Amino acid sequence: MQGPGDFEVSRRDVLKLGAAATAVPLVAKGQAGSPAEAPVSTQLSLNVNGKVHALKLDTRTSLLDALRDHLQLTGSKKGCDHGQCGACTVLVNGRRINSCLSLAVMHAGDKITTIEGLGTPNKMHAMQAAFVKHDGFQCGYCTPGQICSAVGMLSEVKANVPSHATTDLTAPCALTNPELRERMSGNICRCGAYSNIAEAIADAAGVPAAGRSA
Amino acid sequence: MKFTQTEGKNRTDRQKVIGKATPRIEGALKATGKATYAYEWHDIAPKPAFGYVLGAAIAKGRITSMDTSGAESSAGVLAVVTAENAGPLDKGNFNVVKLLAGPEIQHYHQAIAVIVARTFEEARAGATKIKVRYASEPGVYDLEVAKETAVKPPARWGNEPDSAAGDFAGAFAAAPFKIDATYHTPAHSHAMMEPFASIAAWKGDELTVWTANQMIAWSRADLAKTLKMPPEKVRVVSPYVGGGFGGKLWIRADVLLAALGARAAKRPVKVALPRPMMANNTVHRPATIQRVRLGAGKDGKITAFAHENWAGNQKGGSTETATLASRALYAGANRMTSNRNATLDLPEGNAMRAPGDAPGSMAFEIAIDEIAEKVGLDPVEFRVINDTQVNPEKPAQTYSTRKLIQCLKTGAEKFGWSKRNAKPGAVRDGNWLVGLGVATAYRGAPTMNSGARVRIESSGRVIVETDMTDIGTGSYTIIGQTAAEMMGVPLDRVDVRLGDSNFPVSAGSGGQFGAVSATSGVYAACLKLREAIATKLGVAADTLEIDDGFAVAGSKRVALGEVAGTEGLSAEDKIEFATDREKHLHYTFGAHFVEVGVHAITSEVRVRRMLAVCHAGRILNPPAARNQIIGAMTMGVGAALMEELVVDKKVGFFVNHDLASYEVPVHADIPHQECVFLDDEDPTVSPMKALGVGELGICGVSAAVANAVYNATGKRVRDYPITIDKLMRT
Ligand code: FES
Ligand code: FES
Repeated sequence: MQGPGDFEVSRRDVLKLGAAATAVPLVAKGQAGSPAEAPVSTQLSLNVNGKVHALKLDTRTSLLDALRDHLQLTGSKKGCDHGQCGACTVLVNGRRINSCLSLAVMHAGDKITTIEGLGTPNKMHAMQAAFVKHDGFQCGYCTPGQICSAVGMLSEVKANVPSHATTDLTAPCALTNPELRERMSGNICRCGAYSNIAEAIADAAGVPAAGRSA
Repeated sequence: MKFTQTEGKNRTDRQKVIGKATPRIEGALKATGKATYAYEWHDIAPKPAFGYVLGAAIAKGRITSMDTSGAESSAGVLAVVTAENAGPLDKGNFNVVKLLAGPEIQHYHQAIAVIVARTFEEARAGATKIKVRYASEPGVYDLEVAKETAVKPPARWGNEPDSAAGDFAGAFAAAPFKIDATYHTPAHSHAMMEPFASIAAWKGDELTVWTANQMIAWSRADLAKTLKMPPEKVRVVSPYVGGGFGGKLWIRADVLLAALGARAAKRPVKVALPRPMMANNTVHRPATIQRVRLGAGKDGKITAFAHENWAGNQKGGSTETATLASRALYAGANRMTSNRNATLDLPEGNAMRAPGDAPGSMAFEIAIDEIAEKVGLDPVEFRVINDTQVNPEKPAQTYSTRKLIQCLKTGAEKFGWSKRNAKPGAVRDGNWLVGLGVATAYRGAPTMNSGARVRIESSGRVIVETDMTDIGTGSYTIIGQTAAEMMGVPLDRVDVRLGDSNFPVSAGSGGQFGAVSATSGVYAACLKLREAIATKLGVAADTLEIDDGFAVAGSKRVALGEVAGTEGLSAEDKIEFATDREKHLHYTFGAHFVEVGVHAITSEVRVRRMLAVCHAGRILNPPAARNQIIGAMTMGVGAALMEELVVDKKVGFFVNHDLASYEVPVHADIPHQECVFLDDEDPTVSPMKALGVGELGICGVSAAVANAVYNATGKRVRDYPITIDKLMRT
């Protein structure tokens, strides 16, 4: 990096600075005078909550932005857009994924379930009702992701998919408190309602809520 | 109404709705994805444009040239707004640095442009095509170095930076037991889950913003001031806020750039700050260096007490007043505290949950553990011995209510404290060294004037409107409970509408004054509405009874909806707090108990049990209050064990500016948490007899973790966070 004076960020510094990359003309296209490059868009249909939607999307559109900005399904939240928080968790063919880390075009033919597809205020899914009952949130911004993640997580346990906390790989998985906490750790709650969330999930899953564990 | 003296019996004492465990009334909306956060208004802006914010790539200096032509000709781009073409801008009263910079750059990632395009993808792509050249200047980024140049800051919110009583130096020199230790707390990021986000729409010269904000009236005023327009022409809407923790007290770049972008693109514009910009673009809790000197007699009584603090901020920024809370917490005649502030070129420091007191307690409550051990007393016992019912700096001033001893004793009993081995490193569970720690939680209980409007409709429904916000704190529910109690209707017949500058100005959410102030404002408006009902029925207000949706006076019994008639009946009022705050100290108290396991070989720390026993006046909604406390305990575990905005001292920025590298507690880090409230009410503060709990829970908890780690290992880490490397080195 150059010292004070004439300063321009070099490519090497960009790598060093990480997110500063947005400030840098890495792309030489679209300079003054040159015609704007049209973004590539594509037609696709997305099956969301049992409804098929025909969409024309910029191929760079994430599944999360397709849901939020194009289908107006803003129950799925954008907390980080980088796979770091879990707020965008949805179910794709029954499995939980971070929808911000996936492009919409990758999901033609998939069955996508969002928080809106699980239940409605008057007809809540058991997991949604358990979150309300146990006060498993405060601001509510992580909540749809927590709930979708919890639903997906329970089927993983049922299918005997082991986790880091699993002690016996040959025995059937049980939803102990350490298992629950490990498996839900991709969903951050900055409000810190974890203790209540654990109780809500245990209640919905029909297992005892754990007190002490190390 | 003016609140001038200690409240006698009033209708809130009925406790038919207030004080009852009540699920959040907006809970089902949040759990089903139907609550509308700032970025999610579809009906007001069917085809909004998207703004992408560009941040400065240097920490200090100037932009020497900025070529936006590449972005302007990029596909889909509608406008590029920079300081050069934004038109004249002022700065909000609560902002220290500019929200749109140029040519001068005051900190890394300070916004220098917003790129508006038809889609998010196009806006983001456009942003990469702006060419910026900078002339950077050397800056000051290292608090340890800047500490030498720190100066005495001005008083803030009525608090002097320094205090003294008796003869500290003499008493410290003479003390048979003493400690003199220095503690470091790093900068923290609010890291709320909802990014700063706003939609802005202009109608002629009128602006509406849907934004994520804690303080509607302040932010309306500051946005208007920044845009040099009359506040009446600005409407701020923020009914759901995805966490704030102080970070959303003031307006930030997202809302200003959405407004400027919408003006330039001539259509509504939505802007969310990308997560990796949040730590450096917005505000953080500043780092501190704190020195604590304590002297105690053989009886365990504190004889000398000194707490000094150094922090830094941008020029003109406030300081992190870490010593305010320790001034009156424990007894001791000879004392001094001080706060010094250095100028730094890091991003702006500002309020984060329990500003001052959270980092202050991180240091001070370890110091108490250290001196207790020196004296040879149990740390619970030591705190009990040094309890005070008066302000030790001004003994004429008493606490309105203080049951710290009861918190400590109740907690010790419940937690099994008597089984603690005072000898560090003596308890083992397999490969884990096990330790217990305790600390005091202590946080002021301020109030702010707060207004509300309450209306009865012909259907008998009660509508409450106030610009109060709910940032996860549970405002919706306690406001609904207050109106239900006051108007004699079941809670499900109350609609609560919040977070809109069209509604009466409230206290807003901050400083743990929100719950008590906003509900008191609703209380005042309800009293006025009851008077209106009495007038309409032609009876005296004090003969009127309202219950089960009926107004009863003498032989009259009329349904509220009928009284209201087709027009409805409404009243507006505000609470103005005018009691003598000099007479009493108003505080909330708690005792944190923590059990940790520290791995004997790897030094990994696991929190195994947590308990908080709290004393905070009347508890309006126990589960929501519990949630506030456990959430704050969680944040305190983060501060103890993992949270640190790491400063690149050469380039001048926070390196770990996203959620992958700024680590906050996750499910696996947090055990089942217990929280107990002592039964109490404090009629000296408000008609609601409540105090506030939003910040209490974070005070002291990090020190309780640190003290537990010490008890487990015998290693005293005074430099937060307590990470594996530090434990291995100690
Ligand atoms: S928004 Fe997808 S993980 Fe954070
Ligand atoms: S409820 Fe606010 S982040 Fe989880």
